[in-house]
Amino acid sequence: MSVAVALFRKLLGMAVTLLVTSFLVFSSLYLAPGDPVSFLVKGRSPSPAELVAVRKEFGFDQPFPARYWHWLDAVLHGDFGRSYLFHESVGAVIWARLPASLLLVGVSTVLIAVVGIGAGAFSALRHGTRTDKSVLLLVTVGAAVPSFAAAVVLRSVFGVRLGWFPTIGNGTGLLDELHHVALPAVALSVTFMALVTRVTRASMLDELGREHVEVALSRGAPRGSVLRRHVFRNALGPILTVSGLLVSGMLVSTAIVETAFGMSGIGSLLVQCVDELDFQVVQALVLLVVAVFVVVNTLVDLVHPLIDPRIAAGGGAR
Amino acid sequence: MSTTVLVRRPLLGRLRGGFLAHGRLFQVCLVLLVAFVVVALFAPWLAPQDPTVGDFADTMAGPGAAHLLGTDQGGHDTFSALLVGTRTSLLGPLCVVAFSSAAGIGVGLFSGWRGGWVDAVIGRVLDILFAFPSLLLAILAVALFGKGLGGPVLAMAIAYMPYTARLVRGLTAQERTRPYVSAYLVQGHAPVFVAVRRLLPNLGPTVLAQSTVNFGYALLDLAALSFLGLGVQPPTPDWGAMINQAQAAVLQGQPLSAVVPAVAVVLVVVAFNVVGEQLGDRLARRDAR
Repeated sequence: MSVAVALFRKLLGMAVTLLVTSFLVFSSLYLAPGDPVSFLVKGRSPSPAELVAVRKEFGFDQPFPARYWHWLDAVLHGDFGRSYLFHESVGAVIWARLPASLLLVGVSTVLIAVVGIGAGAFSALRHGTRTDKSVLLLVTVGAAVPSFAAAVVLRSVFGVRLGWFPTIGNGTGLLDELHHVALPAVALSVTFMALVTRVTRASMLDELGREHVEVALSRGAPRGSVLRRHVFRNALGPILTVSGLLVSGMLVSTAIVETAFGMSGIGSLLVQCVDELDFQVVQALVLLVVAVFVVVNTLVDLVHPLIDPRIAAGGGAR
Repeated sequence: MSTTVLVRRPLLGRLRGGFLAHGRLFQVCLVLLVAFVVVALFAPWLAPQDPTVGDFADTMAGPGAAHLLGTDQGGHDTFSALLVGTRTSLLGPLCVVAFSSAAGIGVGLFSGWRGGWVDAVIGRVLDILFAFPSLLLAILAVALFGKGLGGPVLAMAIAYMPYTARLVRGLTAQERTRPYVSAYLVQGHAPVFVAVRRLLPNLGPTVLAQSTVNFGYALLDLAALSFLGLGVQPPTPDWGAMINQAQAAVLQGQPLSAVVPAVAVVLVVVAFNVVGEQLGDRLARRDAR
């Protein structure tokens, strides 16, 4: 019973947050200087008929709340309007570029998870040794390297100087695409790897020092199973909590990395559409990233008690 | 229980622990920051050449006597651009931090002092603002207000405000229960006076530490924006814009004009992080005593 109520409350909270953010993104159009119609057709020379069409499409003859409702209704049905730049529906434009970005984010996520959690756990288990200190040093450097700087250096060294990887474009076919995505994925991951390594290390050290771990080890329980069942499982919590930030951070950073490597994806699409004043696409992409953040955070909230039952039981671990 | 725990943006991580915990590094970083500020103030007189004028006879030159750090593909002197670029690269984040700290202090103080449902509502609003990544909000601002620093700086001030607001709110709520606050109130001082003139100054150092950390992040975001060609517009020298313009040179095997500003960005961000974190740590230790 209480589980159902908690689930309902979380989903309701998510719906409210999504509603408010959608309203903010929608009304941002009215912050633009000047008349919204002339803002939407800025940089083009529309015919009077086109102006009438824009007015009708956005419902500028209706009051503001009705316009928002009309827009929200369309968005919920997957209709984000039309892109002036590509003469296609915004949904189709984004959909066409989504796979490339998902591949980039997917490969980066694997890199971040494997290297970040691996290095974090590794250095926590060797706390205080030289290995631990060098991991810390790497984390310190990695955390300060912005993705555009990493992109420039990687491109220059492995792309131009050594010629191991292509320096531009997406590639065709899975293997070629992976070859193209390798450097961008590393550039995208550097900062986040450092974050995950640090969080994993801190949370593993926290768990390693707990009494129940010491008791289990001193009673002769196998070290591997204690580490897996008591240390690592409990240490996952803090890593999960940052995953919402990770995902939205990666999605925004695709703008930088895709632009740097001349790739086509939603990140470079965002930059291109800001550059060429295609506001409908920008609005849809902003909404997408914010929605992903909110949904992932809610999912983490829902999954967390499954991993750590103390949260569901007591409202808060420790 | 320490009262000063900075609200961190975990994306970049805290730069400390191990060899970073020593005071020597703190001093080096502080000197580095002062040096950058001095360069920013006197850049036009320090720069050997005008970085906005390209010498087309000498493009993509290596480091040498004529050009200390070489030139980019437009023949602009990299060293001069680096020096003059310090100005825009530091001025943008300064405005972001000034605006976001002022707004955050106001919102946080009000929220923490009032408590109750006002506090709860403001907390929810801050939660929603956290859902907008600062760089994304800055890009949206460019879409609305056009390229340049004005729109993005304002947008990022809004994006960074919740970090300061949440910190100040927590501290205010704690500080409010202290005896000196009730003493002032019992003596009949106006609550606004007690909150602003008596309570707020006690939060100053902590807010300063948070703002220092924010400065590094804001610099990174604005450099990224200029790198995307949406922030500072050429020929105005800026580190992010320099890296963007040097892309062609990178492909032709002359990465120096891109690497130099990238190193500058990393150095300043590390320095701001170290100084901010250590300020925060010193405060935490002072409070723990």
